[in-house]
Amino acid sequence: MEEKKEEIGYMTSVSRPVKGCAGDTGEWRVFRPVKDADKCNECLLCWVFCPEATISKEGLEIDYQYCKGCGICAVECPTGAMTMVKEEKQ
Amino acid sequence: MRVLETGNHLVALAANASAVEVVPAYPITPQTQIIEMIAELIAEGKMDAEYIPVESEHSACAALVSSSLTGARSFSATSSHGLAYMHEMLHYAAGIRVPVVLVNVNRALGPGWNIWCDHQDSISQRDTGWLQVYVASHQEAVDTVIQAFRITEDSSVLMPMMINMDAFVLSHTYMDAEVPDREEVAKYLPPYRPRWRLDVRKPVTHGSVVYPVDFSETRESMQIGQANAREVVTRAAEEFREMFGRWHGDLVEPYMMDGARYVIVALGSLAAESKVAVDSLRARGKEVGLLRVRFFRPFPNEELRALCAGREGLLVIDRDYSYGNEGALFTETKGALFGHVDVPARNLIVGLGGRDVTFEQIEGFVEKAWAGELEDVTWGDSHISPAHEVTREILCEFSELLDKDS
Amino acid sequence: MVRFKDLPEEELFLAGSTACQGCPSSLALRIAFKALGKNTLLIVVASCTSVLQGSYPFSAINLPLMNVAFATGGASASGVSAGIKALAKRGELEEEPTVLVWAGDGGTYDIGIQSLSGAAERETDFIYVCYNNEMYSNTGTQRSGATPLGAWTTTTPGGKSQHRKDISQIMIAHRIPYVATVSLAYPLDFYQKMEKAKSIKGTKYIEIMAPCPPGWKFPSSQMIEVSRLAVQSGMWLLYEHEDGETRFTAATKRILEGKVKRKPVKDYLEIQGRFRQILSSPEGQQAEDLLEEEVSESIRRLQGWVPEYI
Repeated sequence: MEEKKEEIGYMTSVSRPVKGCAGDTGEWRVFRPVKDADKCNECLLCWVFCPEATISKEGLEIDYQYCKGCGICAVECPTGAMTMVKEEKQ
Repeated sequence: MRVLETGNHLVALAANASAVEVVPAYPITPQTQIIEMIAELIAEGKMDAEYIPVESEHSACAALVSSSLTGARSFSATSSHGLAYMHEMLHYAAGIRVPVVLVNVNRALGPGWNIWCDHQDSISQRDTGWLQVYVASHQEAVDTVIQAFRITEDSSVLMPMMINMDAFVLSHTYMDAEVPDREEVAKYLPPYRPRWRLDVRKPVTHGSVVYPVDFSETRESMQIGQANAREVVTRAAEEFREMFGRWHGDLVEPYMMDGARYVIVALGSLAAESKVAVDSLRARGKEVGLLRVRFFRPFPNEELRALCAGREGLLVIDRDYSYGNEGALFTETKGALFGHVDVPARNLIVGLGGRDVTFEQIEGFVEKAWAGELEDVTWGDSHISPAHEVTREILCEFSELLDKDS
Repeated sequence: MVRFKDLPEEELFLAGSTACQGCPSSLALRIAFKALGKNTLLIVVASCTSVLQGSYPFSAINLPLMNVAFATGGASASGVSAGIKALAKRGELEEEPTVLVWAGDGGTYDIGIQSLSGAAERETDFIYVCYNNEMYSNTGTQRSGATPLGAWTTTTPGGKSQHRKDISQIMIAHRIPYVATVSLAYPLDFYQKMEKAKSIKGTKYIEIMAPCPPGWKFPSSQMIEVSRLAVQSGMWLLYEHEDGETRFTAATKRILEGKVKRKPVKDYLEIQGRFRQILSSPEGQQAEDLLEEEVSESIRRLQGWVPEYI
């Protein structure tokens, strides 16, 4: 009992910054963004506008583990390289 | 350094001696002279602290807490409505676990507007998690401010501390007191070493959203901090006595308790006044003693049980009221004793709004209580005055007017 | 002239947060952090941002962060700033960090205005960012002092009948060294203004218009487009105020110089579900007219006159 109390005693509400703190938010998607590398002119707009920081600046790769499928990248892409495709049901 | 100063000024000098680094403050009668003196000391180069003239007490507590979380020793003072205005932030300070110190000059809450002494303000905050102590002399105020940092900053405590000091009786009267120098205090009180803080070397989130599954333990740890404070208070006082030769470390200060058959229980300056009543009663052969409760949080349950066992009765004096029930000290004292010590007790409500209470009055009530002549709760000095008669007239006039509307 | 490729790669906003899809606050945080860097102490006022950062024991924000009570943005900054000075005096700080407060319109326009005003008057050295989604989003989209006339919220179900406040103007009146408005549709303008704010001593106030997809009722993919139309219609003016002078920037500058035609407010209102009700009601035209007037009036207040072509 004393041990448990000592454990609990030293405590406050601090949290550690990590990726995926809300889990695999990619599971929220209904549509996923798909990049057509041939049409992409690497303007970086998708990287800049992604609210979730799931597109890398280098290579403009999408992290599907966390991409929530908001669709902003597809709307803002000036060349039509980014399109939203319906997720397949597993 | 021995000085002749007001309670308020002494508190400011004690804060300076304790190497306080940040003081966010908002004026309110009767605390104002604390922060005015701090501003003066800083302007004169005698105090090396950041002064934040905030625009409200709620902001004062917010700045107090955020400054402490940044890693600076932080201090403030308030009273009455100011303390009430901070209420949300008092909870916050305890929840974020910062060792800040606040002096509260006990003053009544209105309406009607009343700037004089009573304990309603601090009593109303007893659930916030703050350590609460009541001082009864100028020297005790000085020494308690210094010890407070020692207590709160202890890693087994880390709960904020409120030092209560009666309005005008202590805040505005002049007494001589010994105020240690900064250098002397520095030997007693090392620089503030936070256990967690805002630090770019370690980016973490403080005060996150905590779901039900994890919340309770954060609260239990707060209670553990309070419980640990009991021992830390004693240790801090012992070390203070070694260095400065003065003792202010009781959770409950006993007075003339040897052979006492009837006991007064009180807080603050009313307890000091009660000492005179005890002396007077003792001189007349009545075996009365006094328990001056210093720490209201953590509440000294064990001490009260030990000190009240075997007595014939208690008169608990409250300078506050928990409306809908009774005086708060009365409730908590009975709570401490229930199931442990069977002693009849009576509640005396006096001194609200700064009404003067003399030792003669206290003597009279003790005798009545001991003789079994008092109800559970007695409003000791209530009477209809000519002023109240005027109010009654006005209210009658209102009835006449407003009844006509219907 | 900064370009997209100049923006730092490092993300201090970590993917996988609890933010809604298309959340303007999370995007704004990302860009702001790129401008300010790691040597920043972040104070988050109760808002969506308190919640989108995730829950104990994990967080989406890789900066030292203090979550503070709703009314205390400014005061908390004053405390942190004083704490930093104390640490610097002790010789314990290598480099003084930037103090950044992140608050919503609730914590800025309404419950937090006193605390912000006090901090500004005390010349506290910090950057105050208000991300303005024109409602109390976190508690489920109730009206705030920033809600525009005619907008639906849960507490103005028939459309708000009062005009919104203009806090940026109030902050200019505090005589602080820098006040700026930004939009997510003009991210380089945003980035540059944040960088500039970082370099100035004193209180800096930056307000971001943050279109909230669930609250304003539009698909999340339109978030940047809504931000853009707000600026293109004049419903959100982009400017900075420095050294007693107001300068319009980006698209607002082009509109006021007559280089680009301002779009009608109607275009902006029509793509948002929150204005659908008022527009289709008998009060619709009047609301639209009043909002057009509000655009002119805001311009007049900022530069003293309104060009004819507005």
